[in-house]
Order: sequence, then structure tokens, then C-alpha cells
Amino acid sequence: MALLVDLQLPDEYRDGVVANFERIKAIAEIVNSFELPDDVESAPIFEP
Amino acid sequence: MNDALSIADAVRDRSFSAVEVAQAALKRIAARDNELNCFTALRAESALEDAARIDGEIAQGNYPGLLAGVPFAVKNLFDVAGLTTLAGSKINAENPPAIKDATAVARLKQAGAVLVGALNMDEYAYGFVTENSHYGATHNPHDLSRVAGGSSGGSAAAVAAGLVPLTLGSDTNGSIRVPAAFCGVFGLKPTYGRLSRAGVALFSSSFDHIGPFASSVRDIATVFDVLQGEDDRDPICTKRPSVETRNLTQNIDNLRIAIADDYFVKGANPEALAAVEQVAHALDVRDYITIPEAHRARAAAFVITASEGANLHLEKLRERPQDFDPATRDRFLAGALIPSSWYIQAQRFRKWYRDRLREIFQNVDVIIAPTTPCSAPLIGQQTMILDGEEILVRPHLGLFTQPLSFIGLPVLSVPIQQQNGLPLGVQLIAAPYNEALILQVAAVLEAKGIVSAKILSSGASQF
Repeated sequence: MALLVDLQLPDEYRDGVVANFERIKAIAEIVNSFELPDDVESAPIFEP
Repeated sequence: MNDALSIADAVRDRSFSAVEVAQAALKRIAARDNELNCFTALRAESALEDAARIDGEIAQGNYPGLLAGVPFAVKNLFDVAGLTTLAGSKINAENPPAIKDATAVARLKQAGAVLVGALNMDEYAYGFVTENSHYGATHNPHDLSRVAGGSSGGSAAAVAAGLVPLTLGSDTNGSIRVPAAFCGVFGLKPTYGRLSRAGVALFSSSFDHIGPFASSVRDIATVFDVLQGEDDRDPICTKRPSVETRNLTQNIDNLRIAIADDYFVKGANPEALAAVEQVAHALDVRDYITIPEAHRARAAAFVITASEGANLHLEKLRERPQDFDPATRDRFLAGALIPSSWYIQAQRFRKWYRDRLREIFQNVDVIIAPTTPCSAPLIGQQTMILDGEEILVRPHLGLFTQPLSFIGLPVLSVPIQQQNGLPLGVQLIAAPYNEALILQVAAVLEAKGIVSAKILSSGASQF
């Protein structure tokens, strides 16, 4: 995944990043598991 | 030390000169900042020049401003002309100095206030403690072994220690409210977009707010009024007309006030809940209100913050990760890997949640909740015991602040001084743009002696 955003993750940070990513994943699951109606759009309106 | 408005009165009526006031502030800072570590830069020379100019205006019979001669300082993510904007980082220290003051800084100066320096923070605002690996931890004036809170720790501690009566900070998930609570001072996070962010280093644009710290409600109201107003330099800044808050009555008889229950009464220690009860009791409030899905709001705020923060710093994370504070680095790196669908889902949930809060505020005017689940932890403390379980303390500090900044509601953290303990804060929350209601309630609490900022000044300085 890091390669996709062109992040050369040095080995010494790998464990810390993995641990933090696991945390984020668990937290994102709290949001993702909530059923949102399809017509709820995010708020920002782009003004051309 | 007296509050900002009493200093301004004294300077305007020439009981003291602005220069004397600035010198006294610089002297207090020199005496105490070594043990507190609030300041990362001092502007002694320009402060004395500004103060002399204020005195000159007064001598000529010109009105010098609402905050004439009041010394103030700002979190080091505000641009100050001639100073490099550190944003708590080592990387930004290599940047050239800012050319122009941030709008908020300029507006305070226009009101006659005198800038004395820049204040310590967590790197890139990504923290609730102000333990900075490059510039050191900021110590809580009430107990030097404890954190001042973050990320605006220097701002809160400087007021609590009586170094200056007024500071500015920023709040993305709690970075004004948490340190205000831990240091026992007033900290206002206004409505999202109410105050200009021009010239302020960003962290997570969806949630970044700026706001003041002070030792009295009238100071907070006055600074808030001075800072309001549209700004072409900030596209997020509202064009709504300013709402004056500093000359309001204390008539809150018709306000509907309720205590946030459910999420907001769990995960907190008894003292934090007792502080809320004290405020509720003083206001004769017995009603409760449930804010739905607050745990999901906190989760969504976390995902958005991690994504936006990482995106902002991505180039530097690629080039020089070793120059980041270890406390932020791995969190930013992980945030850079968040799938877009998680971010988008969080922003969609935000709309849903905002609509629920709009419905709630049709039936209530002000909601009260704890600011933090506990008082200030020790510097370096990693974990705490909650309900018999060991949890990481630092992320937990934003438990009650995050679900509110998530949708930009205005919140004032009011200080409760405990007899045998550290200060705590209570959040007064209102619907968007209703800061006036919050300040009225706070003024009533202050008049009753329920909330107060205990300023720890070591000398007999009358200002």
C-alpha cells in the first residue's frame, strides 16, 4: 500500500506504522458499519 | 495578575503605561518560563516598540483600542511577521520567516494588544498533551510533573501561570479545550468558520478552528468580538455579520439547558462527572439530552483527521520522515494509507450527524458535558486505568471534545478548580453561531463563583 503512494517505508518505522494502521482500521470500521441512506451526501459543495 | 480588560482600562486611563505592562510581562516570563517551557520565541524588542506606540497614541488623545497595552502570545502555528512559523516542528524551522501577521494576530494588535512571543505545541498540532520531542514538554503550572494538555499547551499554561492574560490557540479535535481544562483557564473553540484562519498553519482543514484562552469570561467575549469579521484571505471564514458578545446581560432564565448523557457520562472518572454536576446544579438543570452515535462521530473525526493531516505532510513524510517527532510520525504515515472509501464514508456520516444535532438544538439551547475524562496525566504517561482496564491515555483525552468539533459546534471550556485536586473543565455547547448564549451562561457561573481561572502568579505584580 505504501508503494502506491510512493512512500518508501523504512524498516524501523514499519512496526509502528502497522500498529497505527490497525488502530485506524478498527476505528474506521465503527464508521463503515453504520448504515447510511444512499442520499446522504458529504457536505462540501464545489463552486466552479 | 488582573485580567486583560482591567489592564486595558488601567493603560487607557494612564494608571500604568503600556511599556510598564510589557516589561512586567517579559520579567515574569524570564522568571518562570524555564520551568514551564511555554514559549518558543520571544519578541521583547518589538513588544516594547508596540507598547511605546500605544502610549504615544494615548498621549495624543487617540483611542488606543479595546485591548490597549494587553500583552498576548500565540501558538507557534500563527504567522508572526519576521518570525518563522514552526507549527511545533523541526522541519518548519528551516522555512523563511513569515512576511505578514496572521489575520487574528493583526486584529488583536489593531485593538491595541502587544504581542510578546510564540508558544509551544505538539508537532503539527497532532496531540493532546504538548510533549514535543524537538522543543520539550510544556509543564502544567498547577503541577510541573504533569502535562499542560495539547496541542495548544503553551497557550493554556501561559495564561494559567499569569505570564500573559491572553493567548491564541487552535482546536481540531480538542486542542484548545483539553489544555484549557487541564490548566484551569477558559478556552473558546468558536463555530467552525467563525474566526479567520488566514496565516495559520493547517492540520486538518475540515476541523481546524482558532480561538482564545483567558482568565475571565469578559476577556474571552471581548477577544472573540475583536477577532470576528469576514476575511478574503480565508475561504472558510464566514461572511455572516459579527455578533457582539461582550456587553450581554446575564439573563438566562429562558434558556433551555441540558446535560449530555449516554456517551458523555461513560469513560470518565468521578471527578470529571462531578464537575458537570456542579455546573448543572448551579444552573438548576435537571434535564438530560442524548446525542446519538457520538462514538461514531469520534471515530469519523479520527479517520478524517488522520487522512487530511497525512496528505498535508505527505511530501515531507516521503523525503525526511526521520525529522518528524516520533509521537506523530507513525500516525501520519499510517494516515497516508487510508483508503478513500473510509474517508468519504466519514464525511458522509458527518452530514448525517450534523442533521441530528440540528434537530436536537431545536429543543435545547445549551448542552453541558465534561471537557476531559480525567485531570492532567503525568508527563510521559502512556496508559491509564479506566473501568479496570488499561488504555492508552493520550488518544482518550479527546473522548468528549472530538464528537463536537467534528461538526464545528461552538464550545467554551469553563474551569472548575478542585479543592484537593487539579483543575477540570466543563464544556458549554450551543448551536452554530450561538457563542453569545454560551458566554451568558458562563458569565452567570463565574458570578456565582462556580467557575474561575486560578492564576498562579508568583510575585506581587499588580498586572
